[in-house]
Amino acid sequence: MKDNNDKLNILVFTCNWCAYAGADLAGVSRLQMPTEFRQIRTMCSARVDPEFILYAFKNGADGVMVAGCHPGDCHYIGGNYRTRRRMALLKLLLQQFGLNPKRFRLEWVSAGEGQKFAQVINEFVNEIKELGPSPYRKKQEVKHAG
Amino acid sequence: MPDKKKISIALKRGASCVGCDIAVVNFSEKLFELLEVADIVFSPTLLDVKYDDLRKMPDKSITIGLYHGAVRNSDNEEFAKIMREKCQVLIAYGACAHLGGIPGLANVSNRAKIFETVYKKTFSTDNPEGVYPQTEWTDEKGHKLTLPEFYDEVYALDDVVDVDYYVPACPPTHVMNMQILNLIKGWVEGKLELPPKGTVIAEEKTLCDECPRNPGKGKKIKIDKLKFITEVEPDPEKCFLEQGILCLGPATRAGCGAPCIEANMPCRGCMGPTSKVMDQGGSMLSALASIFGVSENELELSEEDIEKFVSQMKDPLGCFYRFSLPKSLLRRVVQDE
Repeated sequence: MKDNNDKLNILVFTCNWCAYAGADLAGVSRLQMPTEFRQIRTMCSARVDPEFILYAFKNGADGVMVAGCHPGDCHYIGGNYRTRRRMALLKLLLQQFGLNPKRFRLEWVSAGEGQKFAQVINEFVNEIKELGPSPYRKKQEVKHAG
Repeated sequence: MPDKKKISIALKRGASCVGCDIAVVNFSEKLFELLEVADIVFSPTLLDVKYDDLRKMPDKSITIGLYHGAVRNSDNEEFAKIMREKCQVLIAYGACAHLGGIPGLANVSNRAKIFETVYKKTFSTDNPEGVYPQTEWTDEKGHKLTLPEFYDEVYALDDVVDVDYYVPACPPTHVMNMQILNLIKGWVEGKLELPPKGTVIAEEKTLCDECPRNPGKGKKIKIDKLKFITEVEPDPEKCFLEQGILCLGPATRAGCGAPCIEANMPCRGCMGPTSKVMDQGGSMLSALASIFGVSENELELSEEDIEKFVSQMKDPLGCFYRFSLPKSLLRRVVQDE
């Protein structure tokens, strides 16, 4: 992910059963979406370990979004209940690390909500554009001891 | 097996509280067994030696070097490099050299902010001219005085030099010292090979695995209210997490012998993460968030309710990364305008 500073690195995790299908629907419905984001499909939003998100920020992500099934709709019954707890706590941690809370987002998108997926992505990418590159990206240019 | 019958050991500290020097004394009577196979040739805390003595030793003349403490300033870095040159085997001894340790928590701030607090803002400081320490100063007679340069960030030992082995914990316990002793003795006597480079001399599992309070396989823990050890008197036998008390056992490497647990104190994570995870804080965050109980009325809870619920966890950065911030994925706090 370490490429030039002009291009934003936006990562979107989508769960296989809802959000990915929602993204697919947005695509086949030919809804307009920015091209700056990259999508990773996981079987469940609970598969997204908070470490993955920290790793993404370390490696130059400017924004990370996790999208899963609406509460009550999880394919694995309660995966997203775990996700929402982890991500809420991660949000507190990222704030302590000094990141703008807007750089991280949790969304519920069902398989039928192509419209919502497009809208959420548009919003998120625009917000990240306003914020610019992540401070962790700039940090990599600073001289390292030794 | 080393080339000599009796090996030599050097101890040097960086940004450290000297607790690790005391931990060497905690070899207790077994220290004599160590001294049968090894001479301590350099240790500013234990012996009357000067830095120049170390500088003058030929390269690779010391068999084992134990460096403890983080790398906080140019002096620490210089001596980390000298130790690397003089020692055949360099060991990062203790949590600070291994992961940055408590001094590593300074990565929530930076040099400018720390100087401002220490040399301007503290109640007992009177510094109207705003004088800060200089790295070099010459008086009228031409005497030059120097001070080490204070870095903006704290580093672990392996950020500045190549490290052979790691001994975690704050400070390394007697059990761990015995492991090192057996290893060194076996090696000197030709019975044991040294482990592969980069080995952390401890266990590969988490503390829960060796914890006497582990409630057993298959038992699910669910907590509704998070408590801190400062607020409650814990049950002396029950798992801390079961009691709702924050304990870093699930995200911390085993091998210390769980002395804190025995003293009825929850784990604070000084052994660092296991080799299977990238980040101790992220690992603990997952573990803790996953046992925050799912309630009957889950569907009625909004994201704000959940945020309020998890905000019982005060200072997640300080608690999850207490000993490992400089070796965590994000390493330090930044400013995002």
